[in-house]
Amino acid sequence: MTTPNLLVLVCILYVTFLFTIAFAADRAARKGRGTWLRSPLIYTLSLSIYCTAWTFYGAVGYAARSGMEFVTIYLGPTLVMIGWWWTLRKMVRIGRSQRITSIADMISSRYGKSNTLAVFVTLIAVVGTTPYIALQLQSVTLSFAAFSKVDPTLTSVVRLQSIGLYVAIGLAVFTILFGTRNVDANERHHGVVMAIALEAVVKLFALLAVGVFVVWGLGGGIGDTLATIDASKIAEWEVPGSRWAGLTMLSAMAFICLPRIFQVMVVENEDEGHLRTATWAFPVYLMLMSLFVIPIAAVGLERLPSDANPDLFVLTLPLMAGEDALAILSFLGGFSSATSMVIVAAIALSTMVSNHIVMPIWLRMKGGTAVVAGDVRDVALLARRLSIAGVVMLGYFYFRLSGAGTALAAIGLVSFAGLSQFLPALMGGLFWRGATRLGALAGLTVGFVLWLYCLFLPSFGPGVLMPVSVIEDGLLGLSWLRPQALFGAQGMDKVVHAVMWSMLLNTAAFITVSLLTFPKPIERLQGAQFVNVFDHSGHPGSWTGGLAQSEDLLIMTQRIMGAAEAQALFSGMAHKQGLTGYLPEPSTEFLGVLERELSGSVGAATAHAMISQIVGRATVSVEDLLAVADEAAQIMEYSSRLEAKSAEQARTARQLREANDKLTKLSVQKDSFLSQVSHELRTPMTSIRAFSEILRDAGGLNLREQQKYSSIIYDESRRLTRLLDDLLDLSVLESGQITLNMQLGLVADMLDRAVAATGADGFRIERDVASEQIVLNTDVDRLSQVFINLIANAHKYCDADQPVLRIDVRSADDTLEIDFADNGTGIQMADQAVIFEKFARIGESTAAGAGLGLAICREIMARLGGDISYVPGQSGAAFRVTLPQEMCMAAQ
Amino acid sequence: MTGKRQDQIPGEGSRAVFFERRTYRRRRIIDATRLLPVLGVVLFLIPLLWQGEGGARTTDVMIYIFGIWALLAGLSGLVSRDLGRDRPGVDNENGTDADLFDLPDGEGE
Repeated sequence: MTTPNLLVLVCILYVTFLFTIAFAADRAARKGRGTWLRSPLIYTLSLSIYCTAWTFYGAVGYAARSGMEFVTIYLGPTLVMIGWWWTLRKMVRIGRSQRITSIADMISSRYGKSNTLAVFVTLIAVVGTTPYIALQLQSVTLSFAAFSKVDPTLTSVVRLQSIGLYVAIGLAVFTILFGTRNVDANERHHGVVMAIALEAVVKLFALLAVGVFVVWGLGGGIGDTLATIDASKIAEWEVPGSRWAGLTMLSAMAFICLPRIFQVMVVENEDEGHLRTATWAFPVYLMLMSLFVIPIAAVGLERLPSDANPDLFVLTLPLMAGEDALAILSFLGGFSSATSMVIVAAIALSTMVSNHIVMPIWLRMKGGTAVVAGDVRDVALLARRLSIAGVVMLGYFYFRLSGAGTALAAIGLVSFAGLSQFLPALMGGLFWRGATRLGALAGLTVGFVLWLYCLFLPSFGPGVLMPVSVIEDGLLGLSWLRPQALFGAQGMDKVVHAVMWSMLLNTAAFITVSLLTFPKPIERLQGAQFVNVFDHSGHPGSWTGGLAQSEDLLIMTQRIMGAAEAQALFSGMAHKQGLTGYLPEPSTEFLGVLERELSGSVGAATAHAMISQIVGRATVSVEDLLAVADEAAQIMEYSSRLEAKSAEQARTARQLREANDKLTKLSVQKDSFLSQVSHELRTPMTSIRAFSEILRDAGGLNLREQQKYSSIIYDESRRLTRLLDDLLDLSVLESGQITLNMQLGLVADMLDRAVAATGADGFRIERDVASEQIVLNTDVDRLSQVFINLIANAHKYCDADQPVLRIDVRSADDTLEIDFADNGTGIQMADQAVIFEKFARIGESTAAGAGLGLAICREIMARLGGDISYVPGQSGAAFRVTLPQEMCMAAQ
Repeated sequence: MTGKRQDQIPGEGSRAVFFERRTYRRRRIIDATRLLPVLGVVLFLIPLLWQGEGGARTTDVMIYIFGIWALLAGLSGLVSRDLGRDRPGVDNENGTDADLFDLPDGEGE
């Protein structure tokens, strides 16, 4: 006979075994060993937390009450699993690429990392999951009670409830130990997953063992058992169509939305390929779990007294038959189902609570800066541990308060319906770019309120949480608001009714508000990334960094991830950017990577908020939006960028080419200038030397010869002096060291002086003295020098028989123009370009001069702010001197 | 100008209309994967037609449901195995080549 003490001992031994397995798995994973930990089989087994104590005990009870209907709870997940290609694949991919930590994180990430949404989802998840945790504690307590009925020493109700408390505490400790080893919630909890996989095997084995025992041991083989079923009260196939279809749909929706399933399927997923194995292996697991449910129920109904609780047939049938070992195995199966569910649910919920409620509040209390705040890592871990304890204890209190009366399955369906409210926001977010944050909020609110009103509150029974009058006559006495016959939908099954209305109106509100509102840029960015996750798995960053201080970021990251990990991440990124040391440039890419890493620890919304505190702004530029708005837009943007770049390069190349040409030309000019100067200096020097030698060496020169030679020497040295003067003058002018002697002077006077200085005889000069009455404020001497030069040139070079020089003075717009035009043949087109260059002399000229005159004129005019140019197309050579008008005083 | 255009092979540079055998098979496998849950829904709803006087008994439905269940799991296993075989190395990778076979018909490049 099994004593309670033996049962407790078995429990303790089993839990110790689980601790050891979890610890060993954690260690193996840490040391990099144990690739089998990452096998698809483990993944599939971990999914089996879908099968809780509700499944283990409740399914048989359910079958004993309603026949085949129980199977709908497993058909839904089966359909979702074999339809993985539609939804699960995308969820897992997004979960990996965005480093999602929970279902609240996924919904909040999709809708612009909105923490409001995350908080809301978290609250619904807690409200929806707490009864479920209570259910597990209740089932463990009930199973103890089943033994106590056989053994009268364990009858105290107080002791029963204290068992629930012990179980709750034990589970909280286990979860804290193995569920919060690392702050990165996105990292896999190998120990937990391993323990869950083991428990999955235990519960399947236990249920199959009981089934085999019932069919072959008690039932007398397959044929007899089938006959027993046909003879039982559940022999008729009479499941209402609405419940059959409705509950299948409900369980399918809940399978996608349950936080604990999301935790093992998406968050703990290590390899997308595992999903492919689970797609057939998990349906097989579910099928095996339900294979013996109907036989056990039928045999139990036949053999056990009519007042026996059908929820415990799995346990009481072996006990009745005296198979204590099998009974203990069965007890362990139920215990495993309950504990694994509580552990994973607690991890999932605590991650949500700490990331979306505790951490944001703590950060705000600390003045809102992640840099000056203390060690965020410790706070995150502490928050998560407290959340785990809180969640488990909440379940315990619910269990204490609700009492052990309600049938197990009822709570399960209520919880399913509540959590299914995530579905429209989740699926809309995955497949519809137009889904907005406000739409998701509206849908969740409507669905949650309707669920509370139609299902959750009435589920406690009339008059407990909802007055009888409301249930019978509707809110405020309006009959169309009756919670179980909303809008006049009478005669429907309560659960199907609530699911139908809440999901319909939830979806309607979600779609309507999404259509009417306009999403924020970051929502659109995230929306594009979620919906098109397979097109571009990359993560176009939404950070416009630059103001970010890499050092601040490093300090913050160290506090969240730990020093070594943070430094490894930073130096890795710096290395990638081609830098040394620990501080990468705060580029958009780097900030994107960092945010994703941090969101693995504290959730997307918090990570986003923390980085934006340091970076200053988390704006989405128009460029970002363009980049995701459309493939075409992307390509267009890229090509236009390329175009702009190539145009810029062409421009630069042209400038470089021009600069190079100019340099080459200058170099050539310099060379020719030097050779010109030496040539010009050499010619007079040669004559001077030759004639002075003659004077010195040749004796007997008569006076006339002496005079002739010395006058040649004199002329040549004068020419030399003039040349040097000109060169000096030019170099002063070119270097800009000239000081202008500004004074007032009449143009007519200056021209008079110039004509007189050239001493032109046999050379007619035509002037219009009346137009020359203009007073200039300028360097009169320098300007006269230009005039002299031009008149002398005309004198020298004009080859007409009767040379005439015409001087015209006129005002044009804002300049004063003075033209010097002679009647010679002018200057050849080819020569016009070079006449202002140094030493430029045209043709075979006998006239004296080094060819510096016009060069000097040009320099002088440039200094005076004017210009000198050759005017082609005149009757002869024509030069135009241009002066700015502001130099002119009022005409007299 | 026009002569150049005529020289182009139709469809080249844009979306290919016909795939090689392997790609074609893969697409049909994906089609099967997508249709499997639809088949499952239909098959699981069929017992509802058997209700009424002289209809099926629980045992009949049980045998039928479990038979279909095993069939669906088997088909799913076959299909996913075929998908996996055509994805070399993906079990060890992050599945970056998913784009290769993700494109639904009519949207592919």
